[in-house]
Amino acid sequence: MCGIVGLFLKNPALRPSLGRHLSHMLIEMTERGPDSAGIAVYHKPVKGKASKLTLFHADPHFHWREVGGALGEALKAEVDVETKANHVVMTVSAPDEHVRGWLKSHHPEIRIMGYGQLMEVYKDMGLPKQVAERYGLGRMEGTHAIGHTRMATESAVTTEHSHPFTAASDMCLVHNGSLSNHNNLRRWLVHRGHQFETDNDSEVAARYFAHRLGEGASLAEALEAGLKDLDGFYTFTMGTRNGFAVLRDAFACKPAVLAETDDWVAMASEYRSIANLPGADKAVVWAPAPAVVYTWDVQAAA
Amino acid sequence: MITVDLDKSSVRDLNERLHRLPPETNEKAWRVVNPKGAHALCAGLTVPIEVTIDGHPGYYCAGMNKEATVVVNGHCGVGLAENMMSGEVRVKGNASDAAGATGRGGLLVIEGDAGLRCGISMKGIDIVVGGSVGHMSAFMAQAGSLVVCGDAGSSLGDSIYEARLYVQGKVDSLGADCVEKKMTPHHLAKLEQLLARAGIKADPKRFRRYGSARRLYNFHVDNVDAY
Amino acid sequence: MSAPTSPTPMPPRRSATFDEYAIAEIHRAAATGIYDIRGFGAKRRVPHFDDLVFLGASVSRYPLEGYREKCATDVVLGTRFAKKPIHLKIPVTIAGMSFGALSGPAKEALGRGASAMGTSTTTGDGGMTPEERGHSSILVYQLLPSRYGMNPDDLRKADAIEVVIGQGAKPGGGGMLLGQKISPRVAAMRNLPEGIDQRSACRHPDWTGPDDLTIKIQEIREITDWEKPVYVKVGATRPYYDVALAVKSGADVVVLDGMQGGTAATQEVFIEHVGIPILAAIRPAVQALQDLDMHRKVQLVVSGGIRNGADVAKALALGADAVAIGTAALIALGDNDPKLEEEYRKIGSAAGCYDDWHEGRDPAGITTQDPELAKRLDPIKAGRRLSNYLAVLTMETQIIARACGKSHVLNLEPEDLVALTIEAAAMARVPLAGTSWIPGQSGGL
Repeated sequence: MCGIVGLFLKNPALRPSLGRHLSHMLIEMTERGPDSAGIAVYHKPVKGKASKLTLFHADPHFHWREVGGALGEALKAEVDVETKANHVVMTVSAPDEHVRGWLKSHHPEIRIMGYGQLMEVYKDMGLPKQVAERYGLGRMEGTHAIGHTRMATESAVTTEHSHPFTAASDMCLVHNGSLSNHNNLRRWLVHRGHQFETDNDSEVAARYFAHRLGEGASLAEALEAGLKDLDGFYTFTMGTRNGFAVLRDAFACKPAVLAETDDWVAMASEYRSIANLPGADKAVVWAPAPAVVYTWDVQAAA
Repeated sequence: MITVDLDKSSVRDLNERLHRLPPETNEKAWRVVNPKGAHALCAGLTVPIEVTIDGHPGYYCAGMNKEATVVVNGHCGVGLAENMMSGEVRVKGNASDAAGATGRGGLLVIEGDAGLRCGISMKGIDIVVGGSVGHMSAFMAQAGSLVVCGDAGSSLGDSIYEARLYVQGKVDSLGADCVEKKMTPHHLAKLEQLLARAGIKADPKRFRRYGSARRLYNFHVDNVDAY
Repeated sequence: MSAPTSPTPMPPRRSATFDEYAIAEIHRAAATGIYDIRGFGAKRRVPHFDDLVFLGASVSRYPLEGYREKCATDVVLGTRFAKKPIHLKIPVTIAGMSFGALSGPAKEALGRGASAMGTSTTTGDGGMTPEERGHSSILVYQLLPSRYGMNPDDLRKADAIEVVIGQGAKPGGGGMLLGQKISPRVAAMRNLPEGIDQRSACRHPDWTGPDDLTIKIQEIREITDWEKPVYVKVGATRPYYDVALAVKSGADVVVLDGMQGGTAATQEVFIEHVGIPILAAIRPAVQALQDLDMHRKVQLVVSGGIRNGADVAKALALGADAVAIGTAALIALGDNDPKLEEEYRKIGSAAGCYDDWHEGRDPAGITTQDPELAKRLDPIKAGRRLSNYLAVLTMETQIIARACGKSHVLNLEPEDLVALTIEAAAMARVPLAGTSWIPGQSGGL
């Protein structure tokens, strides 16, 4: 049970202040999710076959540089490591699946929070304000970002159990609600080769959507399929390379608000997260309808 | 006119001041600015004052209202005027889910659209919506009236009891035990009165009326699909 | 060769699976096409407090002298946020039961009995009656999914507010009050037509989930100017998570009702097959409070099958701050009294078995809205019976607490208990008597 925020900037002039706006939105959702917070920011794309991974290790003094060196040697790639609290952003001149494969066999204790070419994912225990400050969210620029504040229901309060959950390149998912058939769905996905990192129901949803996308479904088709296969209550926001998508279950028990101006599109569990965005008083504000897929595409908007 | 700026004072301060007003108060006109999605604004009012809120309040705005008139120049969050007893709440914009839930009296006017489950379990309140209402509106509605000038979402009036529903536009689908009923001169007059009280211009003759078929009032096995 | 003897006739043999109740239920379902609805709580045997015993003091510990050395029983509920917490003289409260399910005199008697002992009563679905408020010195007002009779004036008249999410007899279910009990007064209080089957929702109409509950609790506090304690009541299913979430949502008090807890009316299948016994629910609930450092700061009230002072003492020892009684309170008023055996027979039941509380034909005048039947219950005498019973529960609890050397009943601890069966040891997380073995302790929550 949680708070969700998402911001998608249509006006390039606002991009330097993406993190500052998202940070305010996230902090407004503190009461909905005091246990942990997480963000996914889409910015600074790497080029060609290069990839960017956000990694976490519980040990704040973990020897990241040595790991980066060994990885670079093994993959014959250039590796750059940037530390942010107990996360690092590792930029590698090699595709992410190669990097993930090497990390899994050589350092299975490292958690891969996010991967792709422009998404960075930071998540941690504590109040949203603390998490936002710890990772310097306020200074981040970019095209779009989503965030989550968590009130844990049935799984543990840990960094790994925090949202967003990543299950594909540059894709992540945040969830408010609780699924009622996630155990069966998890077994179904495991049978199809998916590996899980937590017992969280939201991770099941993330991997389910990744599975559908992997089968060739479009983003909208994957979400439509979810309406049939995922039981229970949910408001999902999915971050993608080009934007984000919002979906509420057919009962729509969990809240969601969308707002749009010429400059931005915002999604939040409650209006209070949107209230302080520039021009919010003139925005078109509405509640997403149940069982309807909403998507925004940064390239279409630009 | 007394103005309370919620950038400077808390919701608690505002509500406490409003709750302390005696019935015969002279401080009858209030204005609240910068609500910015705050919850429980003007909840539990008991005296005939008029409060105008400029901006968008959060959940449970004017919850359990008695006697007071609350006008919102903005959009409202979940549970607007829930369990209202009397008085009037008017929203110039849209309302989110469960507007007027379990309301027992008074008049709720939403000039824009209302979200899902508008008037759920309503128990005597009159709700007039200038725009459309979402899925499962008037679910288990017991008493009172819901007037929708636009369209109604799916499963309107599911498991309805004695409440009266009037819709001008399209109804996606009717819920269990909800049926279209004849618009009699009596109902037409009632609807006209409601629209007049709400100050919403619409031709009552263009509305259709819906209510309970009363088939679920006592259990019967042949209706089992409806449960 | 002797002639073959005729074989001993085989006695007719009943199936253990298709026993007489199973067969009768199949016939009944086939004849009527409706599931069985009844009142009362779970009737089949489930693990309960009986399989726990106290380790009285002897040489290693010293008991307190009965009647002379004080053993206090007072409990304060709602110390976390409320300006006016509830002070109870005894750790036994009366659980929520509605006017509608119960007659007016029965509600009055509950108020009289509880007030005489310095404890609280609770409203139910259908709202607060003036008689009930008038006769209850401490009254808890329930906010239920149906919101029947919900009224802000009553909210402000109450001493505490209990947000009901579920109850032990039917966690996850709504309610159904059959038309026979929807009398003119009940109908008017609930804004319903007379004589119809009243359906109650299973979820609140304007919030779902703990994040929204936080906001709902905030609204209740705003309306009552932060004076009243806010309780959250749940049926026992996943108590560790539910209690933790109630705390995170801002509850002052959590009420946890086990599967033996009674109901006015619900499906038999719900009563017997959904939810867990209170014995299994208390320790995970207390662990959730301890993990959040909220034990004794957010108080825990448990209910579901409390019958005697031993049950009360065991619940407190496992970590509860107080207990609530519903079925036992009705029995104390005179429900299922053997003196009424003949009348129970006439309506197809027997004293001790009567559970058709929803039908409104109660010869004791308790679970009825029939004015003639209701008149049979003298609220003064019945109230006295209840206060007597509450006094016995309290004294029995004190006897055990003194024997364990405690000068306050809340100082009872899990370590004062051992279990007689492996299942009770596992569920209560206390050792099997004579061993140091607590089954299942490595298994997590």
